Amino acid sequence: MPTDVENWKSEVYGNEVRDRLFEFAEEGYDSIPDDERDAWFERFKWWGLYHQRNGQEGYFMMRIGTPNGVLEPGQLRTVGEIADEYARGPGTNPVFGDAYADFTTRQSIQLHWIELSDVPAIFEKLEENGLSTQQACGDSWRNIVGNPVAGKDGQEVIDAWPVIRNLNETFKRDDDHANLPRKWKVSVTGSADGSGQGDINDLAFEPAYKSVGDDESEDAVGFNVRVGGGLARNEPRLARDIDVWVPPERVPDVAGGLSALFRDYGDREDRYNARVKFLVDEWGADEVRETLQSEYVDFELKTAGRDVREEYTYNAGEGERNDLIGVHDQKDGQNFVGLNVLVGRMGADDVLELADLAEQYGSGEVRLSQRQNVIVTDVPDDALDEFLDEPLLEHHAPDPSPFMRGSVACTGTEFCSLSIVETKNRQVRFARWLKANVDLPDGVDEFHVHLSGCTASCAQPQIADVSLRGMKTRKDGEPVEALDVGLGGGLGENPQFARWVTQRVPVDEVPGAIANLVESFAAGRDEGESFRAFVARHDESELDAFVEPEETDYEDPMMHNTKRTWYPYAEHDSMEDAPSTPADD
Amino acid sequence: MTTRLRVLDDGAWVSVNDSREVRVSELWRLDASDLCACELTDLVVENFQSVGVDGATVAARVYGQCIACGSTGTTGWIPIGRVRGGEFVEFDRSAVRRVRQGE
Ligand code: HEM
Ligand code: SF4
Repeated sequence: MPTDVENWKSEVYGNEVRDRLFEFAEEGYDSIPDDERDAWFERFKWWGLYHQRNGQEGYFMMRIGTPNGVLEPGQLRTVGEIADEYARGPGTNPVFGDAYADFTTRQSIQLHWIELSDVPAIFEKLEENGLSTQQACGDSWRNIVGNPVAGKDGQEVIDAWPVIRNLNETFKRDDDHANLPRKWKVSVTGSADGSGQGDINDLAFEPAYKSVGDDESEDAVGFNVRVGGGLARNEPRLARDIDVWVPPERVPDVAGGLSALFRDYGDREDRYNARVKFLVDEWGADEVRETLQSEYVDFELKTAGRDVREEYTYNAGEGERNDLIGVHDQKDGQNFVGLNVLVGRMGADDVLELADLAEQYGSGEVRLSQRQNVIVTDVPDDALDEFLDEPLLEHHAPDPSPFMRGSVACTGTEFCSLSIVETKNRQVRFARWLKANVDLPDGVDEFHVHLSGCTASCAQPQIADVSLRGMKTRKDGEPVEALDVGLGGGLGENPQFARWVTQRVPVDEVPGAIANLVESFAAGRDEGESFRAFVARHDESELDAFVEPEETDYEDPMMHNTKRTWYPYAEHDSMEDAPSTPADD
Repeated sequence: MTTRLRVLDDGAWVSVNDSREVRVSELWRLDASDLCACELTDLVVENFQSVGVDGATVAARVYGQCIACGSTGTTGWIPIGRVRGGEFVEFDRSAVRRVRQGE
């Protein structure tokens, strides 16, 4: 039997949802009939609106999809202005204040506390400036990711930006691909660093060379294709090689073919089994390829080309360019400067100031990475020193502590219904404590800690040195927020998911556990060994012993069930104190 | 009167008559669960798998983990509340819940 969601989608979905959304906005939140609310909230996701959790009735999270994380000149200012004007709610975050933007692990932007009545004005402003929330959530083509500095990166094999833009223009708005069984996450990478993180996406295009021409003497650059990666629900999968190489101009045919294959064969009866990773499990890569060839493309697919995976460094555990923070060469002789945004959240004032700086020192363009950071592009050599001296860069640094630059965190109990624990503010506290109290061994300058509030894995915990995932435990009999600890995950040529070695560590003992772990690493490390390599040569019980949870002077103010508050940081935080749904104005 | 029951937002909620009533992330104590061998399963509710009604009693199958022993899995049908006159009332969360047998 099709699920409720499938029934709702078959009635109204995709582009046509917009008109109704605007009518509801016009007539007020209460005009959504009670018995249609569940259905409309599900459909609004297609337009990037996700209802926040209980206690926050009538407020929405809004996601803006920025393909490949590219914000053209002026667009960051638009985002900052919208955050400043509309993303203010009844709750104030003690670290980030009243209005902020979240840069996400899929190179998108998330705003909170959005009221339905403001949606038409926000959409108008976004669209005037070339931005959109379309398909940012829901069951269709999501924001396409890749190496954020595509087209500019000195290390590029092929410029993926025109390919991404073309895919975005082709498959957003295309009714044939608007209603898929589940989300469809695509990555297209053209540089040899692996920064598109293709391995954890539903569909990945990775740079590869292929001998072509009648005598195969010519070397063409294009993409190898992998399908069925994803992290959610304790079922992490790496995308599987389907032995296909495509030239750039054929990418839309193959991507559209695979999206149609997913549309037609994906599981619409069980949402938990719907992602394409499960179809690939069931069929195997060969059958995916055969079906694509026989039913969805009308030219002969080539076999995979020579990839450049051995050069991958992004989030690879060692080597250069684990992230894109700092000053790097562009191929045109200018520079891109990656700035750290701790847990991806930036106050609206800072967003606006960054927009000014990008205009003053660069072209005005800004790009977002999958490690929740920002990159200012097109900074000429002679402007670099002055830019690096700007006060904003003391906080959003191009050379932060490894614990700061390595931090990634999801939304968590602050706004998310699925969450089990508080995340972003907690990861800020963790990073600050680790920076003040823990020294990494000599020569180790990267240490990634990713915190996800539940198994959906939005912070991509399985590909971090230290993976933290929301849980509960009892401490002195009382229920407290806890974290499962996983170790040794990362991407690179041979990606590896973290192994979950220690379960249910009370949150106040986690910083101590990481400090002890780093101490064991320093003591037992072979010369020059990376943390990931160190983890790889120990078994799970040895690793569990290294973790050693311990109370320290770190104090956690959010040990209680933060989900039972209407907002964890409110002075009067109980559900009874929740604000009423926003009035229409 | 029919009761409209749904699991929403990828298993985050049980919705009863179009109102989001029961959420994940709570701890439930279960008697005689088939999830683990503990006398009382101390279950973190991570995802609702399905929801149903038997007379006035609403029951759900949930994915979660026992924090006493670490076992994970999906439970049988656990009564979570009752519908009276169209109004849903959740059972006391601190009380021990018993998995319905024979299904
Ligand atoms: C209110 C906030 C959010 C909610 C309710 C939410 C919900 C979910 C759910 C249900 C999944 C599991 C998907 C599945 O099983 O198919 C998921 C996975 C994921 N989400 Fe979120 N999410 C939220 C915020 C975010 C943010 C801010 C980002 C960054 C753009 C993000 C990125 C991801 C990623 C990378 C995954 C996991 C990887 C995968 O399986 O593909 N999510 N999210
Ligand atoms: S990982 Fe879980 S808690 Fe965090 S944002 Fe995603 S769904 Fe919410």
